[in-house]
Amino acid sequence: MPFGHGRGGGRGKSDKDKKTGEKGQRRTLFRRRKVCKFCADKIDDINYKDTKLIAPFVPERGKILPRRISGTCAMHQRKLQTAIKRARQIALIPYVTD
Amino acid sequence: MADRQYELVYILPPDSTEQQVAEVHTQIDGAVSKMNGAIEKTDNWGRRKLAYEIGHHKEGVYVLEVVNGTGELMKELDRRLRVMDQVVRHMIVRVDEEKQVVDRTRSKRQADSERRRVKRGLPPQRQPGEGRTTEPEDADDDRFDGAEV
Repeated sequence: MPFGHGRGGGRGKSDKDKKTGEKGQRRTLFRRRKVCKFCADKIDDINYKDTKLIAPFVPERGKILPRRISGTCAMHQRKLQTAIKRARQIALIPYVTD
Repeated sequence: MADRQYELVYILPPDSTEQQVAEVHTQIDGAVSKMNGAIEKTDNWGRRKLAYEIGHHKEGVYVLEVVNGTGELMKELDRRLRVMDQVVRHMIVRVDEEKQVVDRTRSKRQADSERRRVKRGLPPQRQPGEGRTTEPEDADDDRFDGAEV
């Protein structure tokens, strides 16, 4: 019997493994879900002049905080990025700090 | 075609006097009005600390101008500002398109919420004292607000 649908072998995870294994470990390492700050606060306009708004996304070193840490959604991260880069140009935010 | 809107920010040396600031402004104003533009707003932020040194300056006087005009005009302004040696740094950004998008999303959100409220049998506007009051900082707040890795 070629291409049998017996066990495993397909795309995606098989349900069996999921149910038994994972639960114990995952629970203990629970992380709170990250939410995009701009979506949550309904901020439409991310402006380069608003240093107070941008500041938490530019840590000490001066780099732009990645999405995986801040939890910002893709659209807002993109807007944030242009805002930060503009703010840097007119010396509101540093390029680098050592 | 309707004029575009731009924001122009420039930085003058920290020791420049009121008069010097006014002088630069009039120069820009002259160039703008010569090419059928208009300055909509001028905003002097005053002295601010620069995030990094620009040509041994540590502080600067920031001035923001909102200009309505064509791309040609801004090109000319950009050229002039680059030549002016009393301007430490300048930046021109087009804002009219972004403004439109922001207005649109804002009004859309408003309309949506009104529609939903009407559907639920409520008056379209939020009544005073309705819903959650402005929430104090709570532990459940899962928005990002600074350092956390």
